[in-house]
Amino acid sequence: MTEQTHFVEIRHAQKSFGTLEVLKDISLNVERGQIVGIIGSSGSGKSTLLRAINDLDPLTGGEIWLDGVQVNKTLPHRQYEIHINEMRQHVGMVFQHFNLFPHMTARENVTMAPKLLKSLYQAEADKLAEEQLDKVGMLERIDYYPSQLSGGQKQRVAIARALAMQPKLMLFDEATSALDPELVEEVNMVMKKLAEEHMTMIIVTHEMDFAASVCDRVLFMDKGVVVEEGPPSVLFKKPTQDRTRAFLRKHIEGAS
Amino acid sequence: MGLDFSIIPKYVDIILLGVGWTVGITVAAALLSFVGGIIFAVIALYAPWLVRQPFRLIEWVFMGTPLLLQLFLIYFGLVQIGIDLPAFVAGIIGLGLHFAVYNSELIQTAILAVDKGQMEAARTLGCSRGQALRKVVIPQAVRAVIPPIGNNMIALLKDSALVSVIGVSELTLSAQRVIGKTYRPFEFYLLAAAFYYVINLCMEWVQRKIERRISISR
Amino acid sequence: MDIDLMLKVYPFFLEAAWVTILLSVLTAILGLICGTLGAAARLSRFALFRFLGAAYVSVFRGTPALIQLFILYLGGPQIGIQLDAFEAGVIGLGINAGAYMTETIRGAIIAIDKGQREAARTLGLSSWQATYKVILPQAARLMVRPLGVNLNMLIKATALVAAIAVVELTYTAQRYIGSTYKPFEMFLLAGILYMIIIYVTGRGVAWLDRKVQIT
Repeated sequence: MTEQTHFVEIRHAQKSFGTLEVLKDISLNVERGQIVGIIGSSGSGKSTLLRAINDLDPLTGGEIWLDGVQVNKTLPHRQYEIHINEMRQHVGMVFQHFNLFPHMTARENVTMAPKLLKSLYQAEADKLAEEQLDKVGMLERIDYYPSQLSGGQKQRVAIARALAMQPKLMLFDEATSALDPELVEEVNMVMKKLAEEHMTMIIVTHEMDFAASVCDRVLFMDKGVVVEEGPPSVLFKKPTQDRTRAFLRKHIEGAS
Repeated sequence: MGLDFSIIPKYVDIILLGVGWTVGITVAAALLSFVGGIIFAVIALYAPWLVRQPFRLIEWVFMGTPLLLQLFLIYFGLVQIGIDLPAFVAGIIGLGLHFAVYNSELIQTAILAVDKGQMEAARTLGCSRGQALRKVVIPQAVRAVIPPIGNNMIALLKDSALVSVIGVSELTLSAQRVIGKTYRPFEFYLLAAAFYYVINLCMEWVQRKIERRISISR
Repeated sequence: MDIDLMLKVYPFFLEAAWVTILLSVLTAILGLICGTLGAAARLSRFALFRFLGAAYVSVFRGTPALIQLFILYLGGPQIGIQLDAFEAGVIGLGINAGAYMTETIRGAIIAIDKGQREAARTLGLSSWQATYKVILPQAARLMVRPLGVNLNMLIKATALVAAIAVVELTYTAQRYIGSTYKPFEMFLLAGILYMIIIYVTGRGVAWLDRKVQIT
């Protein structure tokens, strides 16, 4: 295989669950600082692709490279565990349902992994928590438990938690889909701020407006393949494929 | 023969000493059953097959036979293999293991019920499976089972009366000793029952306090 | 393991197992009666009954069954109650089990009561009719499984009567441990018999549960 030249490189990704093929030979490159949006209806494989990048749903074929290292390389089980845990420390992930740890305060949610994996002292960890929670505008709620926060607040803490590991890449899996409409904006603001800081991000979303405003490039996926990709100005305004047009018509009308 | 409660004050110190032992044995056995319950649950769920299966069999035996019978086995069995423990230690081990099995059942269910996303979130931060279990999944499972485990601990208090049968001088045996002297079983068993009832009420009160405290972090 | 010894004494264990079964059956019947009365009292319109029901549950669940047995069997004669050990065992354990069953039965009724009573009343049924025609039939289904748990606990609790010298399984095991110094073998004999009784009962409850769920 050739040397990797892109920051994130997905080569011929293939994934099946039993006989069901959810990803069919997908290749994708992302450069450092780029923001890539993935859109598509549910069951299109967009979440599976995202979750394959940090090996939550391991591929059944193909390769994923991140910053010169292959994520899904073949190793004996024990070594692979060590390798993947190391890789995941560089990839932040934000989930649709936040997955905050309910038994920990916002501070503890943010500091748990850095303390455990980077052996930070309590004082350093506290400073880190304050910085990250300040960044997402949640500093005042630092000692609140998730049960005391709104959905948007939870998601902002979840973003801070991911950022605290100083990731090279952030993955967003429908980060605003579970939120009440009035809470979506506060999370989008945080994501926009990250975009301005040139964080590399891959964003699975169903919000076309948001994808259009922050992404450098948007992919439309359907039935396990990338149907069409391009800058949002092109993909949203002048899609070339029928399937893309049908999807966009439904979603942009549906939204308005 | 009639009833005569006026002789109670004369022997109340013996009974109170018994209360002290009952509380001590209950607390010690409760701690053992809690820690043991977590360890058993992890073994039952995650140990290799060869360890897990015999272990499940032992759990099944513990759940299918009376505690009193198990106490006899532990007390006399240990003597037979040359370990001569004081009766109260055998009692604590017997009670502790018995309830550890029941706690383990609760904790296993709770671990399996912790949302899959919690494990995923910890893994995406770079935690190993073991770290994720230890820091994220098990603490949540333990919080979820605190109310039913509290009920088990209250049951443990009442079952601690059984260790009187292997000669531990707790509340029940203390009452028996006094009755041996006074021939007043009704009065002194009733007194013992009253003490158990009060300890029981205290435990229920503590249980409610704890439940209220943890409700926010669930 | 001393198999010869086990073979020699197992007939005595079998005999004792019948006593345990008889104890369990009688205790379960008395427990169900007490539990039904207790639940009726706790759900009564009259505050006095509700209080008595609650006190029954609280006191009998709040103190050790062993002490209750001792009060009844050893203290009973002082207040004019003369029972033999077996009778005292059945009555003592039955009343104790009844306290637990009260909560089971009450729980099932409350679970159904909420919407169903209103629905029945709006159709014009009286309170009694609503209870008998609508709530109880549904609650009965809900009770089977938790009453099965009560029954399981009750069977194991019959071991307590060993402490008042009723010759059932645990007492037999205890006696043979004392005379043979083979605790493991004796435990095994008694334990297997207990597990058979509990297994069969459990299957019976599961069967009944399936049966009432279909209808």
